[in-house]
Amino acid sequence: MPSNDESWLDAEAGPVVRPYALTRGRTRHSGEAFDLVATVTATHMRVTDPGALAPEHISVLHLARAPTTVVDIASDVDLPLGVVRILLADLRELGLVAIRAPVSTKAQQVDRNTLREVLHGLRGL
Amino acid sequence: MAYGGYETGGVTQRGHRAIKILLAGGFGVGKTTLVGAVSEIRPLRTEEPLTESSLRTDSIAGVEGKTTTTVAMDFGRITLRQDLVLYLFGTPGQERFWFMWDELAVGALGAVVLADTRRLADCFPAIDYFERREIPFIVALNCFDGARRYSVDDVRVALDLDPGLPIVLCDARSKESAKEVLIALVEHVLTVADEPVSR
Repeated sequence: MPSNDESWLDAEAGPVVRPYALTRGRTRHSGEAFDLVATVTATHMRVTDPGALAPEHISVLHLARAPTTVVDIASDVDLPLGVVRILLADLRELGLVAIRAPVSTKAQQVDRNTLREVLHGLRGL
Repeated sequence: MAYGGYETGGVTQRGHRAIKILLAGGFGVGKTTLVGAVSEIRPLRTEEPLTESSLRTDSIAGVEGKTTTTVAMDFGRITLRQDLVLYLFGTPGQERFWFMWDELAVGALGAVVLADTRRLADCFPAIDYFERREIPFIVALNCFDGARRYSVDDVRVALDLDPGLPIVLCDARSKESAKEVLIALVEHVLTVADEPVSR
């Protein structure tokens, strides 16, 4: 049996690896983890090496011109979440996007003021 | 520890707040319907290998009317205000999906366990999960046409739920009803937040 430590394909990737061709086989992204609803914003820095970016990187970058979230991007580009995360981590490494934690990443609960605003908003739907 | 705007009422530097709400329940219980009734439903693909194994292992007894089973995440957005957006995530109730929940649950406002009285046992794992992680939740009974109605008290006993835990009846197809479910959840979370911490 080969050592599990060396396996680049983890259980979450499943048997279908085609989308991961985009990520050159990577199933985990680099750097700090980010939430599904973390806010993604393009930094509008100049792309110094366009060759380093796949068309999908460009699409993701394009969507992040105005602040958006990881899940919104995944939905808009129609790529699996895991792939989008890797693309986003690449862009972050290049300084092209900033990824900010959502309101309550560490806190288990959303704060009371926000809860009241949510309640108010729902009643007004 | 800094929570990025948490202390100031959640207003972050860009003012965009994204709030997660989880919707758990067995296959065919109406998660997709409920998300679609109340929110702008959007496609969200996950890379989990679910299709074939789900067809083999998930019983469709009692839900024969459902021809397709959504195994990917149900994902809906409710824009309450430009700077305040709710994200609904519907996740299958089985234990093999818990790795998805672990991620979704972090920082979530709370959860709705959607139940079908014909197959109450389907929501046991979800209830256990949220109780263990102290994630506030409510139970919503989707009242299907032709489904035998049970009283809320019967369901509470069957699910062994605390007296204070809200159980609401709903029609997942109705926007108003789905909205009431979410309101009941937020009200419950506010009530729980008022209770003194007992540890």
